[in-house]
Amino acid sequence: MSSLLHSVVEAGIFSSDPVRTAAIIGGAAAVVSGVIGVFTVIRGQSFAGHALADISSAGGSLSFLLGINPLAGFLGLALLAAAGIEFIGIRRARERDLITGIILGAGLGLSALFLYFDVITHSTTGAAVSVMFGSMFTIPPSIIPLALIIGFGALFMVALLYRPLLLCSLDSELALVSGIRVRLIGLLHLLILALAVALSAMTVGAVLSTALLIGPAAIALRLVKRPGQALILAASIGLITTWGGIFLAYDSFYWTPGHGWPVSFFIVSLIFVLYIVTGWIQWLREAGSCSQVL
Amino acid sequence: MFSSIMINTWIVATLVAAVAGFVGFFVVIRSSSFAAHTLPLGTFPGAALASLLGVNTLFGLIAFAGLGVIGISQLGRLGRHEVATALSLVMLLALGTLFLSMSRQYSQQVYALLFGEVLGVSTTEILPVAAIGSLSVAIAAVLFRPLLLCSISPELAEVQRVSSRRMELWFLTILALATALSLPVVGALLVFSLMVGPAAVARTLTDSPLLAILLSVVLSLVTVWTAIALSYLTNWPVGFFVGGLGAIFYGLGRVWRHINTQSRRRAVTCADRTGTC
Repeated sequence: MSSLLHSVVEAGIFSSDPVRTAAIIGGAAAVVSGVIGVFTVIRGQSFAGHALADISSAGGSLSFLLGINPLAGFLGLALLAAAGIEFIGIRRARERDLITGIILGAGLGLSALFLYFDVITHSTTGAAVSVMFGSMFTIPPSIIPLALIIGFGALFMVALLYRPLLLCSLDSELALVSGIRVRLIGLLHLLILALAVALSAMTVGAVLSTALLIGPAAIALRLVKRPGQALILAASIGLITTWGGIFLAYDSFYWTPGHGWPVSFFIVSLIFVLYIVTGWIQWLREAGSCSQVL
Repeated sequence: MFSSIMINTWIVATLVAAVAGFVGFFVVIRSSSFAAHTLPLGTFPGAALASLLGVNTLFGLIAFAGLGVIGISQLGRLGRHEVATALSLVMLLALGTLFLSMSRQYSQQVYALLFGEVLGVSTTEILPVAAIGSLSVAIAAVLFRPLLLCSISPELAEVQRVSSRRMELWFLTILALATALSLPVVGALLVFSLMVGPAAVARTLTDSPLLAILLSVVLSLVTVWTAIALSYLTNWPVGFFVGGLGAIFYGLGRVWRHINTQSRRRAVTCADRTGTC
């Protein structure tokens, strides 16, 4: 039995500490991103989500420079950017797109500067790659408690705000009429988004955390109609693809010459393939229902 | 700063800034900041692949810019446009991480491609940059009217039989070309900053399209020249100055417009009062 298992799963995956840390933090990031991602996709704020992730990289590179907890760095800048986008933000969607773009540009500029200082002071060039593209297997286990607190905090806030958040996302005018403070909910949504993004920026890297945020949510919204079901499905898809990615990356040490392939590559590829496949399923289903009507 | 080593840098940077300022006008009126961010960032893995295969970087960049255009336009047909853009971007980047993991020694080059490297532009690089730049400006100039019409009023464009899907594809192609040439100079993460910043400022200052384009090109040139000069003096990355200047210019533009509308409103109320008197 165990030999059969070993022919599929390489030895040591369940006893390796880096893998366990990656599985816990990656899993937390995937669940939180999947849940908040559903609201983000419904609200059409994928760009804002991506911008927050990219800007948080400035925090990541600053924490490298100062030698503090990288999660704190990612989180600090993501929260700052979320507040910035919401406060400067104008109601019109067109203007919001521009503001997000300009804040993103300034944030990335800062990131460039901090990474440059990283290179000079620590004489390592690895910081750019690790901040931007993630380094799941090198996450120190000491980050786990903070990561879990942030994850649970974000989920708790979503649970607390579930109904107003959903109503605002689906129909902001109706929400306004029912006495919900739409702007406040918008700000809170961006703040929860910042928590999720900081978590996933730690794991898959700043530029790829968008995959965990948008991918599972978009896939889930293709498959089911009810928002509650979509939340659970998105969280599950995120968790499965993340763990699947970790598993494949660990395995790839054995079937690629010399070194393994990066975790983030596998996670994103799994999500991308699922998105394409569910697109076909949806298309077939719609074609089927059309022919039934005819 | 103006020594013979730097001459090529100034020439290339000027070309890049002019094209970015021009194309940026369309990015801003179509509010496609996300696409303008996605194409450069998604194109960057092409450079990694090119260096892995040992071919000219420009080929890799153009190939991946093409993939980006196909991804955004094809996936966008099936689902939400924003989601399609986001997922095309992350898939291309994931390929990038794969290529990078295969060639660890290019870490310094990665940094340069992400954040820009103005020094060490060789004379042979000027010609392709000029050619691609003129091609993208030429397409934009030929399609100027339909592009503008589609961006401002899709319904009117529909009436005049301008296919908005085809215009979207042309727009993305122009964007991809501009991207491939500016990427090595400004860096993947900040190409879009150069496209969005100056054009956004120009938009806030004037409503006339031609004036806006002119203003956008001028501001873009000023941004790049200042950024290179500062980068040369401080040794800090060009990208930092490009992103920062973009934000500062935009802030100033907003303040200027605010003051302008305030004074105009005051003038109007004054006129009202004198009228009633």
